[in-house]
Amino acid sequence: MTTVDDALASIRREREAERRPAAGEKGVAAGLARLRKLRNGLFGTWVNTLITLLTVLALWLIVPPFVRWAIIDAVWTGTSEDCAQAAGACWAFIGAKFNFIMFAFYPPSLHWRPFMVLVVIAALLVATATPRLWRRELLLAWFVGIVGSWLLMAGTFSPPTVASNQWGGLPVTMLVWTVCFGLGTPLAIGLALARRSNMRGVRVLAILFIELMRAIPFIAILYVAMLILPMAVPGGALIDKTIRAMIMITLFWSAYIAEVVRGGLQTIPAGQEDAAKALGLGYWRTTQLIILPQALRTVVPALVNQAIGFLLATSLLATIGIFDLLNAARASATDPKWLGYYDEAYMLVAFIYFILCYGGSRYSIWLERRLNVSHRR
Amino acid sequence: MGLVDSVKPASVKQRVSRVLAASLVAAGALMATAAYAGPTLDKITSRGSIKAGVGTTPGFFSPDSSGRWQGFFVDIGRALAITALGDPEKIEFTSSSPQQRLPALQAGEFDILLSGVTITPTRALQLGFHFGPTVFYDGQGLLVRKDLGVTSAAELDGATIGVQSGTTGELNLADFFRKQGKSFKPLTIEDTRQFNAALEEGRVDAITQDSADLVGKQRQLKNPENYVLLPERLSKEPLAPAIAGGDDRWLELVNWTVYALIQAEELGITSENVDTFLDSQDPSIRRFLGADPSLAQAIGLDPKWAYNIIKNVGNYGEVFERHLKPLGWERGYNNIWTNGGLLYSPPFR
Repeated sequence: MTTVDDALASIRREREAERRPAAGEKGVAAGLARLRKLRNGLFGTWVNTLITLLTVLALWLIVPPFVRWAIIDAVWTGTSEDCAQAAGACWAFIGAKFNFIMFAFYPPSLHWRPFMVLVVIAALLVATATPRLWRRELLLAWFVGIVGSWLLMAGTFSPPTVASNQWGGLPVTMLVWTVCFGLGTPLAIGLALARRSNMRGVRVLAILFIELMRAIPFIAILYVAMLILPMAVPGGALIDKTIRAMIMITLFWSAYIAEVVRGGLQTIPAGQEDAAKALGLGYWRTTQLIILPQALRTVVPALVNQAIGFLLATSLLATIGIFDLLNAARASATDPKWLGYYDEAYMLVAFIYFILCYGGSRYSIWLERRLNVSHRR
Repeated sequence: MGLVDSVKPASVKQRVSRVLAASLVAAGALMATAAYAGPTLDKITSRGSIKAGVGTTPGFFSPDSSGRWQGFFVDIGRALAITALGDPEKIEFTSSSPQQRLPALQAGEFDILLSGVTITPTRALQLGFHFGPTVFYDGQGLLVRKDLGVTSAAELDGATIGVQSGTTGELNLADFFRKQGKSFKPLTIEDTRQFNAALEEGRVDAITQDSADLVGKQRQLKNPENYVLLPERLSKEPLAPAIAGGDDRWLELVNWTVYALIQAEELGITSENVDTFLDSQDPSIRRFLGADPSLAQAIGLDPKWAYNIIKNVGNYGEVFERHLKPLGWERGYNNIWTNGGLLYSPPFR
């Protein structure tokens, strides 16, 4: 790893060296230097040349047909008859099906509800992403926001009510993702602490739970929620399927998050705990004031990373008949009036997932840098 | 798949005898009704809606742009909601994957599967599911390129045929060709979307699946007219509504809802002309549509139930024409018996 880091560092230094003259007066010389640099980078050695040529070839094979399909030959408005005539993408399909893909079976006249839920969740996510706002009030905001979203979607206080099997699309994906991650994290902290506990029974139980959850595939967990839970728990069938799934997902994710948190706990030197003890702090005070603040700070980027993985995993909800974003997109192309425009539907969904995940990963990088800075200080 | 014959006649006979028994105890009709109500029907009545499991196959069940379920099986579900609850909208459709449909039915997640379940003895006797009448006679078909010049499956000697992995399709295919004394090369395809690609790129000469899927696939090919669905059916796939065991009355409501759709077509009653039949003098039509309420009262249903089904949903033929004809389906076996098909309703009396 050091060699890679060294290489990256030297590249960064070179880049900075390059930028400096460019910022100065000698624009032409700097431009020439940059060109030379570019040429060396692309064709410096025969390996570089080969890679460059292969990349260009690949791009040449992929990009023009894609542009032709997605833009030049595409049909932007009209009916499926117009699309059948064209060789390109049928974006008119997305126009007709956008609401369905986003909100699935939610009654069209009430689409403002899931839309509001998306707005609320987006606002909460942005707030959560701002370290300045990491305060208790944020937790309260999440609680109010999610409970409010849930009641709004269900129409509990503002009839008509909408049963949760009619919910779907992006709001379901976001609700499941945020709620399960949000509830899973405190659970995971407890599990991680239990796993490091001195009490044998607690430790063994935590290890059993974590290892069991991590040994089961996600799909199996969903099947348990869908099929086993209603039979095992009295009155289980009365609990809503989405909630059943969310309970199991929370338990499942908490095992993974617990391992991340445990990684953070292990970075805290034992001396700190001893020092806290010497000061007369008990276990809980030590954990709350000394250990966790530092441990969690180190693992926040890893948690963001984990969260991105979980977001993508929510698409498996389709296997138990919950219409998440991906499932809604797939179903949208089975309408006989608009048959088989899977490519367009999947492109839209891929775009949405990309925005969410790319945003998340850029944020994670930014956060890592920021937290490292404060750490160093 | 297969072995349908051993199941169906027996159950039809049972149904007929049950109907006879029911008409014998018609005197205490309403009390009998209450006694008949089983766990599933109780749940449906207290919930005020039916929970139905469906799939997503174009023409059979698919959401339209406004998120409303449409399709052949969906209309049968709406008809059932009229029978059970008097309102075609009192049914919730939920799509589920083929692997989890039957377990979900067993777990009570659904009151009925309208997802096109093939009747088999394992499902009926080992798993304890009950089947309504066959509403769609499907079978494994072969979709071939037209330029092969093949008009029947027997001419496909030595052809490469794409089959979906993990289905009984390959077995049926092997059986068929062995019986014919011909050879073929199977190409197993994992992803259902790759079927079309394999056919378009000429990697296979034909693809095989249940014909319901093939008709949908053909429409999605670049030049659908260059392909033809061969007339042979390599397997029997009688698709029927499936329910969990233990609720006889619920099963009978399913049965007679389907029969009402078939009977209406046989009598020539459609959603458009149904009102003109109300003052018919034919006693069987009067009983059927509730102009003479004696039958409906005897069986504990709203006298207008069949009328409402026909008025709202249409007869079997109308449902077929509405959803499957546009996709290129011919009636074939799925025609009423008087027109050479297999659909036959017991009498309404």
